[in-house]
This record gives sequence, C-alpha cells and structure tokens, in this order.
Amino acid sequence: MSTPIELLPNPTLRTEDDYPFCPGCGHGPVLDALNSALVRLELEPHEVVIVSDIGCSGLSDQFFTTSAFHGLHGRSITYATGIKLARPDLEVVVIMGDGGTGIGGAHLLSAARRNIGITVLVLNNFNFGMTGGQHSTTTPEGFITPTTPSGNLEHPLDICATVGVNGAAYAYRGTSFDDDLVDRIVEGIEVDGLSMMDVWDLCTAYFVRNNKFSRRQIDQTMEVLGLESGVLYRSDKPEFTTAYRRLAEGQHEGLRVKSVVATTGSTLEKRRHFVVAGSAGGRVRSAARLVALAAMRSGLWAAQRDDYPITVKSGHSVSEVIISPEEIHYNGIDKPDVVVIVSDDGVGKAGPYLEAMEVTDTVYVVAGLVLPATAAKVIVLDAAASETRIPKASLALALVSHAVDRSEIVPFDLFEATAGEGGFGEKNLELLAAGVALTEA
Amino acid sequence: MRGALASGCDFFAGYPITPASPILMMMLRDLPARGGIGMQGEDEIASIGMCIGAAMSGARAMTATSAPGISLYSENIGLAIMGELPLVVVDVQRLGPSTGAATTTAQGDIQFVRWGTGGGFPIIALCPSTIAECYTLTMKAFDLAERFRCPVFLMADKELALTMKSVNPSDYVDVEVRDREVVDPTELDPPLEYRYEPAGDVVPMQLYGGKHPVRFTGSAHTEDAFITKKPDIIGPLNEHLIRKITDHVDEISMVKTDFEDGARTLLVSYGVTAGSMREAVTLVRANGTRVSALTVQSLWPVPESEIVAAAAGVDRVVIAELNPGLYKRELERVIHDVEIVGISRIDGVLISPEQIVEVIV
Repeated sequence: MSTPIELLPNPTLRTEDDYPFCPGCGHGPVLDALNSALVRLELEPHEVVIVSDIGCSGLSDQFFTTSAFHGLHGRSITYATGIKLARPDLEVVVIMGDGGTGIGGAHLLSAARRNIGITVLVLNNFNFGMTGGQHSTTTPEGFITPTTPSGNLEHPLDICATVGVNGAAYAYRGTSFDDDLVDRIVEGIEVDGLSMMDVWDLCTAYFVRNNKFSRRQIDQTMEVLGLESGVLYRSDKPEFTTAYRRLAEGQHEGLRVKSVVATTGSTLEKRRHFVVAGSAGGRVRSAARLVALAAMRSGLWAAQRDDYPITVKSGHSVSEVIISPEEIHYNGIDKPDVVVIVSDDGVGKAGPYLEAMEVTDTVYVVAGLVLPATAAKVIVLDAAASETRIPKASLALALVSHAVDRSEIVPFDLFEATAGEGGFGEKNLELLAAGVALTEA
Repeated sequence: MRGALASGCDFFAGYPITPASPILMMMLRDLPARGGIGMQGEDEIASIGMCIGAAMSGARAMTATSAPGISLYSENIGLAIMGELPLVVVDVQRLGPSTGAATTTAQGDIQFVRWGTGGGFPIIALCPSTIAECYTLTMKAFDLAERFRCPVFLMADKELALTMKSVNPSDYVDVEVRDREVVDPTELDPPLEYRYEPAGDVVPMQLYGGKHPVRFTGSAHTEDAFITKKPDIIGPLNEHLIRKITDHVDEISMVKTDFEDGARTLLVSYGVTAGSMREAVTLVRANGTRVSALTVQSLWPVPESEIVAAAAGVDRVVIAELNPGLYKRELERVIHDVEIVGISRIDGVLISPEQIVEVIV
C-alpha cells in the first residue's frame, strides 16, 4: 500500500476509532485496503454509501466517515440496490461476511443477473465469527466448526463463479494478505456493473483455532478446492440502472382511464344478479363485462366478480354481475335472477346458484348439458341449429346476448352498442344477432 | 395505484402474489415513463429492502403484497420502524393461514400488521372500504408516512382489489400529501440524524446524496446513528418510537359515522365488510328500527375516543369482520359496560347484509 495518500484531498475516509476486531483478524487489513481505494479514487465521504451486513463485518461502516446503512442480516444487497436505483450517482459498497452469502443467496444471484452497479466486498472467513464460529456456505468440506464437530459435509460455495456465470461485470478472489488488494478494489469500484470482491481472511477467534488454519492454509485450501485467485470474470453487459433509465425514455405513461358515460336513464327498480358460467377460454368474463358496461351506460351501477382456476384456458370460468340502481356496497350474490350456462365446467359451478333460484328466475343453457334441480325456468337453446355458426369460444357471448334480449335488466341496444366497439366489434355483432335468434331445443 | 401516483410515489418494488399482483404490474408499467422506478424483487424481502434503500435516498416508496408476503416483510418492517423511514405497505388481504384459500377474501391481517415485527412498537394502518377510498387513503398513507417517518399499512383485500365495479369519479377525493421534511442537502454541518427528545417530536430526515454523509442503522443507536446499548440512550430512543405516534393519535384517527338519535345498537366495521354494514343499515332503517354505524378507516392506532363516543348511550355494539374476531378485542379493550357482539366469517364468503340484520333485530 504505497499510495501517496498525503497528496490527496481526503487523506482518509476512516474515523479516528480503532477497529474492534480480534487480534489477528483479517477484517481490519481489508477495510484499510477499502479506505485506501476510496482515497485513491478521490471520493468524498458523502459520495459513498457503505452498506454493511450483520456479523463482525456489520461493524465496518462505523469506522468510515462516509454515508452508511446498517440493515438486516443477508439483506445488504437489497438496500444497496434500492439506493443505487434511486441515486445512481452514489458509489455504493456492500460489506458482508460469508454468512450473508447464504441467507442472502437469492440477492447475490439477482444482483449478478441485474448487473447492478454496486461493489460487494465479502469478508470471507469461512464461519460465523460473531455468533461462535458456526459453519457457513463457504466452510470447506472436512473443516471443524461448533456445528460441524466431525467435519463439514457441505460443499463450499464458489462465490465468484456464482455471480460470474450469472451476469456480474467483475469478480475477483483474493486474500487479506494480497499486495494488490487496493488496486483490485479500485478496479472493482470503477467497474460500472456488479463487482464481487471475495476476500478470504482469517477468523482467529474460531476458524483458526478449530482447524489450525493459517495464512498458508488459505492458499492451500484454494488449491485443494481448485479455486483460482485474481480477477476471474469480466463482462461488459450494461449496468442495470443505466439500462433501466435508457429503456424508460420514450415510454408512454400507461395509465389511461376511460370513463363510461351514462347515456340513458334505466328503469330498473331493484338490484339484479346476472351470472355467466362456462369454461376458461370461453370468453365468459368478456361477455359478462359487456353486460356490466351496458348497465353502466344505462345509468346503473355495476360490479363484476370473476372466479376461475389459476390455470389459463382450462377448468371453469364464472362471472357474477351485479346491476343496481343504487350504489353497490355488498359484492355478494345470494340468488341470481339470470344464469347463463354454456359448458359442463359451468354446470359444475352452477349448483348453488340453481338451488337458490326461484320460479321467477331464468336459466339459459346450451342443449346437451344436464342441470341439477332448480325452481327457475330453464330455457334450453339449440346453438347447433343456428344459421350463423357459433364457435365454442363464442357460446357465452351468444347466450348472454339471448338472455339480455329476453330479460329486462339491461337495454339490448346499449349492450349491442358496447359489443360493437373495438377491434372485435363486427364479429361480436354477428354473434349477438345469432344469439338473439337462437331457438329452444 | 392511482392514489400512489397522485401521491408522487416514484419507487415501487414488489413480488407477485395474488391478489396484490395487479398493483405490481400497473406500477411497473406506469412508473418508468414518469421518471420513477418499478422493480420486481427476487422475493418479498428484497422488494421491501429495495424500498427501504430507495426511501433513504429520497424516494417516495411503496410495496404491495398479501398475507404470506407480510410474513416475509416482518423483519424489514422492524428496520423501517427503527430507522424511522417513510414507507407505504399495501396488504391486499386473503384468507389464511399459510397459503390459505388462494384467493378468497378475508380481513385476517389486521392484528398481524400491528404486532408483526419484534418489539411491539406502533405502526399506522389505514383501511379503505370502497375502491374510491383506496385512492384517497393511499394518499393519506403517504402523507402520514412523511409526517411520522414510519411504515404505514394500507389494508385492502381481495374483494376490493379484484372485483370490478363502477365508480363515481367525484368520489376520488385528493388528500394533500406533504413533502418530505429534510435537512438541507447542501448543509455542510448538519444536525444529528436522529433526536429522541421531546419524545413525541419527529425531526426532518437526512437523505443520501447531499453534501454531507448520512448514517442509518437498524441497531439501537445514538442520535448520530452509531450502535449503542446504553440504557440512557436506547430508553429514550424506544420511548420516542412509541410516543411520536401515540402522542398524535388525533392526527391519524379517521372514522366514518352514520349515527341515528335513539339508536340502541351501534354497528362497527371496516374494509369491505363496511359495505355490507352499510346495506344492513338501510334495510334495518327501512323497517323502522334505529341503528347507528361506525366505519373505522384508521385501524392503528385504534381511534379510541371516536369509538368510545360512538358507543355512548347504546346497549349493544355489533362488529362484523372477516376473521375470527380480531378487531372485536380492540372494542372490548376500549368499550366497557356495553354488550359487544361479533359477526365473523372465515370461510371466504362475504358477510351479507342479511346476516348483520339478523343480529340487530
């Protein structure tokens, strides 16, 4: 570390306090190297945010005069990401231990995949120093810790390869004893995307004691594990915040609110319930939506509640439409006035509705379906006999059209006007006419 | 979502979960063109973590999830409380526990958000009962988050989020959302990051990116954000975290009242169930029975004086909620010598107006 720091505007970004680390701990020398790197880059304290994780490494931020964020265990990368996204002009440096690479492994991966422009310095001493030396993701196989008393069975995480093959701009592996550590940290900070600095060091309190581990053994372990040191990965994939802002340029403000204007005073006196039951992919929801929109046009209040499985184009699809002259405060349907059923999936869901319905209510159903018992009037429609061919996916719209025409809930002309709008308008109107013309089977 | 944009929300991060996903999708669609940032986190923890980092850097941040996601937010909510960060958290409730009945409606998280992180420190939770109120109370949530530098929950539910309804544009009432009070970023000799006395006061925030460095820590800390365990510092710190909210309940309390002289029964509800209550009131009054109703819009802190005042003079209080009686216990805590009857449903079906009427008459 032969940097001529006395010539720089900020001779140090360290506070005057001594580190609290154990004698022989490697963290101090790595933090000194970070300080030298920040000084060499001529960064002012307010231009740098050190985001520290939890553990011994989590104490680090307090020994720097920079801005600092000390959050939860394993989550430092997430805060750093938020800071960088909101203020890309800041240099954001995460300091975490090897413990953080386990609990925060998903964040490590995502930081690499995003190639977010932060620097992650892992003070990797192969165990949880602050809590008593338990094994971590990087503990090599066979090593002894209080939680691996007979030797560790888990394969150690290759931090550099993990981020390196997943999009990180820069990945370096070294040790706290390396002469070029300051140069590498400078390089890492200067890189636009994610820089990973996996720096191995000694935990004299536990790992050294439990395994007779030494400086020489750090190098040996690397060799045994087949891991190399130095700058291992470099990519020129674009940095995330820059790419995000570039992509945002020229995008449209998505929010468009299209109001429905009530054109006609409806004569409906009380709340009505209209249910369409069919199969997913059968345009049940869009048919029901036309009824709701037509109701709104006629000056009524409407609500639509859809039920369908998590899959697409498979299973049932049921839409409940509430239409009311009064504002709708309760979204439930105790008993429908009209139910349209167009498939076996629909029949499967219609039971409770049919059971609740009364003689004054009506069910419109395509021929061939077997319905459970109901007090309602059942009108079976013969879609196969229609002069205009009605495809399966359009049965809902055709039968809804028939039901709207025959019941007096929504004015048919407004339903027609609504259905006739948009790209499918012409086709819709054909289906509406075919639906109205359907005859009983 | 519209309420958030109207509030100047410029940072959103969330993780897909029904029934909160529409908020995620709309925010990620609409924020970029407005100069904001919308992120899908790798999980809920990352999502709220990004919001917290962004909030410290000046963003007006929001996240949205449903009950299982609140579980994952828990530790970071504690962090936001400790670090005194303004943040809006939307909980679109669904029926639990665990994955529960994905996706049916419920109001099961209202105690969870209050006690969902260690320590028992207060948060603020608002609860809209109509779609238009989602707009207005989202704005209010952003305003309160700035006022008190703390996480504010917006307690929506599946029914409010996923049922399409016609709305009246004039019901979308704007609330003034105050600007974040911050220390002048050009200040070279700023005050300390935090101040604990007087306990009820909230001092301006210091953000990253100004001319002076700023510290933040989730550990117990001195007023300049260095870790400490000294009782004479963390005592006042924790007292401050409580009192900054409890001293100002009157600034937060929001209820809607529909009182009738001579009513013997007071109905209480919140959220989507308040809609059923409203229709029940109409039905009961049409029968000539007098009844009063109270809709709680600010669930936390509990608007105790408003509830006590509403219950004065009635024989009975009836509370309807889609959980095993979670807010009933708050009524029992603050109302004395009046019978309190709970109507609960935990089967994913809405409480109907008729179910409430049955209890009244």
